Amino acid sequence: MSSYLLARIGALIAGLLVASIVIFVLLEIVPGDPAQFMLGLNARPDTLANLRAQLGLDQPVLTRYFNWVAGMLRGDFGISYTYRIPVTELVVQRLGVSLPLAAMALTLTILIAFPAGIIAASRRNSGTDFAVVSATQLGVAIPNFWFAIVLIWIFAVTLHWFSAGGFPGWDKGFWQGLRGLTLPAIALALPQAAILTRVMRSALLDTLDEDYIRTARAKGLTRIQVLWRHALRNALIPVLTIVGLQFAFLLAGGIIIENVFSLPGLGRLIFQGITQRDLIVVKSVVMLLVFAVILVNFIVDLSYLVVDPRLRRRP
Amino acid sequence: MSEPMLTAAALPRGTLLSAAIRSPSFIAGLLITLVFLGLALTSFFWTPYPYAAQDIPNKLQGLNAEHWFGTDQYGRDVFSMILAGARTSIAVALIAVGVGVGIGVPLGLTAAAQRGNLFDEIIMRGNDLVFAFPALLIAILITAIFGPSATNAVIAIGIFNIPVFARLSRAAALTLWTREFILAARVAGKGKARISLEHILPNILNTLLVQVTIQFSLGILAEAALAYVGLGAQPPTPSWGKMLADSQTLIGLAPHMAVIPGLCIVFTVMGLNLLGDGLSDIFDPRLRRSRT
Repeated sequence: MSSYLLARIGALIAGLLVASIVIFVLLEIVPGDPAQFMLGLNARPDTLANLRAQLGLDQPVLTRYFNWVAGMLRGDFGISYTYRIPVTELVVQRLGVSLPLAAMALTLTILIAFPAGIIAASRRNSGTDFAVVSATQLGVAIPNFWFAIVLIWIFAVTLHWFSAGGFPGWDKGFWQGLRGLTLPAIALALPQAAILTRVMRSALLDTLDEDYIRTARAKGLTRIQVLWRHALRNALIPVLTIVGLQFAFLLAGGIIIENVFSLPGLGRLIFQGITQRDLIVVKSVVMLLVFAVILVNFIVDLSYLVVDPRLRRRP
Repeated sequence: MSEPMLTAAALPRGTLLSAAIRSPSFIAGLLITLVFLGLALTSFFWTPYPYAAQDIPNKLQGLNAEHWFGTDQYGRDVFSMILAGARTSIAVALIAVGVGVGIGVPLGLTAAAQRGNLFDEIIMRGNDLVFAFPALLIAILITAIFGPSATNAVIAIGIFNIPVFARLSRAAALTLWTREFILAARVAGKGKARISLEHILPNILNTLLVQVTIQFSLGILAEAALAYVGLGAQPPTPSWGKMLADSQTLIGLAPHMAVIPGLCIVFTVMGLNLLGDGLSDIFDPRLRRSRT
């Protein structure tokens, strides 16, 4: 177990290191000088040089890279060129939208996919199974931003149940905030639910074919007992992997949906950062998201230890 | 796979062709895919109206005899734009898959041939790393950095296809390297590169083909998403994603502008997915039970 753990931690650190280099290099190639962008085209050369020095842009590439990484390790992500406040503060603000949105979408995904997948697998080749499978075929083919536009058309423009975009803020009350995130969460959840349903169904079908399931049935357990106690537990490993990946995806993948609904979330922050050449924001937020993805993968790997006792006994 | 599964009943009856005819997903998927390929090809020499021609007096018309799919806010014919947009979607997705296959498969085959050494290790860790990046986010970053265009969209989508094909071809090749006929080829004096090319590659083509259809459909979705945020093909090049972006503010006035391109995306992607499912059924009937 300890070697498994060590290998995972090693992979975690190596992944983060390479990711930081890739992101840094990618943003080094971006055309446009942030200092020029902040001061405008008519800026005097000496003020420009001053600002560059102040932002640390005049230092060699390697120094800037190490300063950036060292800063992040201390929890200092730099100061946004456009907002003139620390990136950490911005991120915390925006997480107030993106995190609840991702959590809502994932909850919806699980609430739809688990029952649908379990029912389809337990009635293999029946009409119900066929209906569920067809629905997932449709679900994975629907682009979430198009689904979002259709939701806006039906529930905002036509029925006026929800607003077509924008976020009232949590200070307007919990329910108002929740209402503002409902349509985006549904739009994000639907294609994810389709994917997870398919994974759940095929994972369950695979375990239902195992010999120990037949043994369990033979020793007198009912179909339901076998399903819950034996099949479901073993099917959970692939399902957990996908759930973890989906949460990471939802955090970062909200970028398009946040644009559709003009939500002030992390995705929109990155998007605006790119168009306004606010590179420090882009660099740090992308790094944070990659960190989140790698961390979630790490946690998923560790959760195998809980779900699958065989891994624990491995030397 | 365990031995008992290879009973006579599970083996394919007759040829691949007869298996194909018996697979409804394959037939349906192939038909839908051919329809959209046909649309894209048609647009090269015929569209009802020039797709970029504006006709302001006739803007925002619903579906009618003259404009089958109505017109947009500049009076452009939506049907013509759909035809030409199919071309963009398919071209971007197809080339992106080409990038993935062209780079990923050789990497995967080499990694499998060099199993366990440093090259293999680097390739596989590199793969894991690319998977850890939020794909769409990086695609947006790349297109934003190098300028929004269809070409850069291809590159951005293609990069994420590379590890998919590298991992798949490595895994498929590894199981083949343990087989007797490969051993025979080695005994006969063939080098690793030649074996990979002459014996491994032809035997993993089935698996690769299934993945090609899946990545193709994902590519169409990614192209639409990039175009929607303005980072894909630039006007006047039509694109389904761009059409959706234009439609959003007019959704109350002209819902057809959102519904039609959206349905085109859904149908194309579904067609490709069905085709992929059908193909994997045909190539490996044992999987038919569990695959959805």
